[in-house]
Amino acid sequence: MRFDLRIIASLIEPGSRVLDLGCGEGELLQYLKEQKGVKATGIEKDEAEVAVCIGKGLSVLQGDFNLEVADYPPDSFDYIIISQTLQQVYEPVALINNLFSIGKKVVVSFPNFSHWRIRLQLLFAGYAPRSKELPYEWYDTPNIRVITLRDFRNFAREKGIAILKEVAINTHRQQKTGHIVHFLPNLRATYGIFLIGRADR
Amino acid sequence: MPDVCANLVSKQFFTFAEPPHELVLESGERLGPVTIAYETLGVLAPDKDNAILVVHALTGDSHVAGCYTKDDARPGWWEIMVGPGKAIDTERYFVICANVLGGCMGSTGPSSLNPATGHPYGLTFPLLTIGDMVAAQKALVDHLGIARLLAVVGGSVGGMQVLAWCARYPEMVRAAIPLATTPRHSAQSIAFNEVARQAIMADPHWRGGDYYEQGAKPDLGLAVARMIGHITYLSNESMRKKFGRQLKSRDALSFHFDAGFEVESYLRYQGNKFVERFDANSFLYLTKAADYFDLDDYAAAGLSAAEISFLVVAFTSDWLYPTEQSRTLVRYLKRNGMDVSFCEIESDWGHDAFLLPNERLHSLVAAFLSRVFRERSADG
Repeated sequence: MRFDLRIIASLIEPGSRVLDLGCGEGELLQYLKEQKGVKATGIEKDEAEVAVCIGKGLSVLQGDFNLEVADYPPDSFDYIIISQTLQQVYEPVALINNLFSIGKKVVVSFPNFSHWRIRLQLLFAGYAPRSKELPYEWYDTPNIRVITLRDFRNFAREKGIAILKEVAINTHRQQKTGHIVHFLPNLRATYGIFLIGRADR
Repeated sequence: MPDVCANLVSKQFFTFAEPPHELVLESGERLGPVTIAYETLGVLAPDKDNAILVVHALTGDSHVAGCYTKDDARPGWWEIMVGPGKAIDTERYFVICANVLGGCMGSTGPSSLNPATGHPYGLTFPLLTIGDMVAAQKALVDHLGIARLLAVVGGSVGGMQVLAWCARYPEMVRAAIPLATTPRHSAQSIAFNEVARQAIMADPHWRGGDYYEQGAKPDLGLAVARMIGHITYLSNESMRKKFGRQLKSRDALSFHFDAGFEVESYLRYQGNKFVERFDANSFLYLTKAADYFDLDDYAAAGLSAAEISFLVVAFTSDWLYPTEQSRTLVRYLKRNGMDVSFCEIESDWGHDAFLLPNERLHSLVAAFLSRVFRERSADG
């Protein structure tokens, strides 16, 4: 399994109820279901990927998760995972608020835009940065936001969100290997993974 | 077709609700005795946990798959889905399919003899609901000694029956596959059905439903009703592909009201073929039951406590029961804490898509059933 998904999996309690937003072919959900006995649900917009998930015996809905999350009863999930997708969400504040009404904790992961290689690209080459994590041109990228680890920490503080755990990692988009970054993570990590909860709970 | 006809089936009959223990219908009326025609495929496991009930759509019958005789040229209506090694694998599952109550393929309906009078019921037959059809199926399932079905599977009006099963007898259903269906008819769907019913009732041979002993039947009206139905089962795209503006065996317009266009000829053929096998009054009763169906009428009581896994499937070009209606259903199931999977399959073939060969549909159904079968002992 991809390194970043292994880290996310390590944050999930066995036997819990998990919703994965943009679950792709269900790699993480299948692992969580089989290895941790979680009750796994996914939402994915791509028909073929949904079919792969159902083929693996997962419960997955085809749809836009921004809309789909509105239809669950309160506290339906222990964890909601939004992996490598936050940078594509049109209304992240509304989404995260919705998530906290249907789930207790949220796991967010995103490519760190303040990695030193990205900083150098913009500084010396003068191009909009492209990396293995963010491989798109300005005109075809699905990523409408750039986020850094520091941005996310500030965001959490402003919105009254408790960061329960933060793991900065160095890995590439589809890579199975990687390592946790302890020293200067905002500069050296390619991804940030945050376990967040509501501060008032 | 040797592989088809190796799978021999026979139509069986189950009669219950003998007076004074009639079936009490949702309208409050009583009906009995009731006969249900059904067929089974595969072998019921010793602990009876491998039974799948397949429910047919509006004008289907119990002959879901297999052949009646070795040289039977007409296999069942879902031959591509049900059989050895197929998505609903009869080597693993015990498959039951019954003709609906109110139908005309062996189950009690308006064309059956009313034992009280010795004449066909006609319009004295009570109005039915989808819930009543399901109640009759439940009596059959009880009779077969099955306490809990592994799955109930059906498309279109069959999908409504799947939903009614889940709402009325949730403890008897482990998994449900409603395909190309809706939690309730839209005004547009009711409107098409009403036009179809009016076509039958406008036929002078209909005689207020009392035509059985008169020689002539309302064939013209029933054929027109079927033609209307066929239009709603196709899509603009599938009609364009299938017929376009193609003329039948002419290369110029005939300036005549004969079936000049291919599409006209197709509809006439479908209409004429239909009257040979279907009863006009049954058509009236079954379309009315579909119009009456509203999941809300059943759901509050049953579904909220149910432990049923759902696989909901819609097709992009289905404009009779558009994807949005399946999404309404999915939303409802989610709000009630159900385990639900949903897939919208890209298809040009309109509402009919669920009956046509479709790799994606077959693999979804096969995988979902495998999972339910695998997990059946885990949740008791």
